[in-house]
Amino acid sequence: MADDTTVAPGVARAREALKDVPHEPGAKKKDPILVADSVVRRFGGLTAVNVNHVEIPRGAITALIGPNGAGKTTFFNLLTGFDRPDEGKWEFNGKSLAGVPAHKVARQGMVRTFQLTKALSRLSVIDNMRLGATGQKGEKFWPSLIPGIWSGQEKEITERADELLVRFKLDAKREDFAGSLSGGQRKLLEMARALMVQPDMVMLDEPMAGVNPALTQSLLGHVKSLREDGMTVLFVEHDMDMVRDISDWVIVMGQGQVIAEGTPDTVMADPRVIDAYLGAHHDGTEHDPEAVAEEIAEEEAAADE
Amino acid sequence: MPWDIIFGVSLESLFNASMIAYALAAIGLNVHFGYTGLLNFGQSAFLGVAAYGLAMTVSTFGLPFWVGIGVGLAGAVVLALLLGIPTLRLRADYLAIVTIAASEIIRLLYRSVTLSDWTGGSDGLQSFSDDFFALNPYSSPLEVGIISLDARELWVITVGWILIAISLLIVFLAMRSPWGRVIKAIREDEDAVRSLGKNVVSYKMQSLILGGVLGSLGGFILALSKAAVQPDTFGTEFTFYMYTIVILGGAARVFGPVVGSMIFWFLLAFINSLLPELIKHGYMPEWLMKTSQAGPFGYILVGLGLVLLLIFRPQGIFGDKKEVMLDGR
Repeated sequence: MADDTTVAPGVARAREALKDVPHEPGAKKKDPILVADSVVRRFGGLTAVNVNHVEIPRGAITALIGPNGAGKTTFFNLLTGFDRPDEGKWEFNGKSLAGVPAHKVARQGMVRTFQLTKALSRLSVIDNMRLGATGQKGEKFWPSLIPGIWSGQEKEITERADELLVRFKLDAKREDFAGSLSGGQRKLLEMARALMVQPDMVMLDEPMAGVNPALTQSLLGHVKSLREDGMTVLFVEHDMDMVRDISDWVIVMGQGQVIAEGTPDTVMADPRVIDAYLGAHHDGTEHDPEAVAEEIAEEEAAADE
Repeated sequence: MPWDIIFGVSLESLFNASMIAYALAAIGLNVHFGYTGLLNFGQSAFLGVAAYGLAMTVSTFGLPFWVGIGVGLAGAVVLALLLGIPTLRLRADYLAIVTIAASEIIRLLYRSVTLSDWTGGSDGLQSFSDDFFALNPYSSPLEVGIISLDARELWVITVGWILIAISLLIVFLAMRSPWGRVIKAIREDEDAVRSLGKNVVSYKMQSLILGGVLGSLGGFILALSKAAVQPDTFGTEFTFYMYTIVILGGAARVFGPVVGSMIFWFLLAFINSLLPELIKHGYMPEWLMKTSQAGPFGYILVGLGLVLLLIFRPQGIFGDKKEVMLDGR
C-alpha cells in the first residue's frame, strides 16, 4: 500500500467511510445522502425496477452497473422525478422526494445528466451554462423586462460560468452554438452546466457513451474532481475499466433488483454479477462462468501488483 | 396599364391595417413557435376571441369601448389557460391537435344559429368602433404620391404601428433576458431545462399567454379597421398564413414577423392587382386566364414564390443559416 500517501483527500474520505460497510445488497452506510425503499416501477406486465433498499454514500463516487435492461436508467429517472414509480419512497438529504417533480428535485441539489446528451443546440455554450444557475431574478417574466433588476446577478452568474468553462476547457467555444460541439464536448458541457446548479449530488447517465478515447481521461478527471469538491456522484456506466478506475462503491442491478454491492474489486469477482452479465450478453452456452470468473480474478491480481 | 394604381395598392399593403393585424398575430405566434417551440395551430382563435370580445361587449351588451378591450384581452388569457392546462404537460403534438380543434370550435360557435342573438351568426357584428374613431385626431385624408389614405385608415394604422412597436419592444426585452433564455432552451430540449430546476410547464404557459395576448392585439386591429367582425375571418387558413409569415421573416427573430408580413402582403397585393389589369388590357390572353381566375392564381403564384424562397433561404429573411442547419439535438 505504498501509494496511500498520494491518495487524494476525497478518495481517502470515501474509503474511510465505506471501510466497514458489508458487501451485500441494501447495505447500510454511515452517512447516506440518498436512501430508497421498495421502489417499484412496472411497464404493463414487466417490472422494470424493484429496488428493496439501497443507500448511496455521501461524498463518494458510486457506480450503478448492470446488463442492458437491468433498469438502471429507469431507476435514475424515478429518483430524479422524470418518471413516477408505482410504489416506493426515497429520501435525499433527509427530505422525501417521492412524487416531487423533476425541476424541484434539481432545486433540492440533485442534478442529472442524460444518456443521450442534451446540449441545447441553438443556444451558445455560455448561455447553456448561464441557464444552469438557480434562483435567477430575471427568469420571472415581469422583472425580465427591466434589465436593471437582473443584470448584476447575470454578471455574477457569467463569472461563475466562465470559471467552469475554463476548468472544463470549453472556454474557447464560449460563443459557439452548443450544437456545433463534438459528442465529447457536449458531455463536458452537460456536466459543467449541471455544476452551475451547485448540486450536492450529480447523477451521470452513461457519461462515457460516445466519447472519443482522447477525451475519456479528461472526463474521468472531472468526475474525480467532483468528489474532491465534496459532491456525491452516482453514475450509470457500461465501461468496466472506468468503473474500476473511479468508483468507490458499486451497486449492481439485474432484472430491476439490486443484486450486489461492494467495492469495485469484490463486486466484479462476485459470481452473481458475472451470471447477470453473461445471462444478458451471451446465450450462456459458449462461456463457462467459472472460467470467466477465474479470468477476471487473474486480471485483478495483475492489476493489484 | 395603370401602374400607379398597381404600385399604389402594393406599396400601401406594406403598412396598411391588414398587414399590421397579420404582423401582430405573427409576433405572437413567433413567441409560441419561434422562441418556445410550441406548435400552436390555433392562433386565429386568439385574434377571434379578442375581436369578438370587443365587438360583443360593445355592440351586443352596450358597454363602453375600453371594457370591450379589457374583455378581449382577458379572453385571450383565458383561452391560453384553457388550451394550455390540459396539453402543456403532454408531448408537443398534442397542443397542435387541441389548438387547431379549439380554433374551429370557437369559429363555429360564433356562427352558430343558437348564439346568433349575441354573435350575429355568420353575418358577424358591426357598430362597435364608434368610440374608437371618436378618438381620431386626423380629420383629413393623406395623399403622398400614388398612396392615399383616408382619416379612418390613418388612425387605425397609427394605433397599429404603436402596438407593433410596443409588442416588438416587449419581445426584444423578454427574449434577451434570462426569462427568454429559459424559453429558448425549452424549444431545444425541455427535459434538459427541467433537469436544471426550471418549471417547464409554467414557462410554456407564460409563453402561450404572452403570444396569445400579442396576437389578440392583431384581432383588435382587424376588427376596428373593418368596423366589423365575421366568424370566417378566423379560420385555420389564417393561422397557416401566420406560420408562413413567421418562417418567411425568420423564426425567433424580433423583426421577422413584421418583415414577413410586409413581404407576404406586398406579393399578394401586387399579383392580385397586376393579373386583372394584364387580362383587362389584353396582355394575358383570355383562353389562358379569365378575370375570375386571377384571384386564385394570385395565391398560387404567391405560394410558389414562398416555396422557392424557403428552398433557397430556409432560415427566412433574418435567420442564420448556420443555426437552421444545426441538427436538432
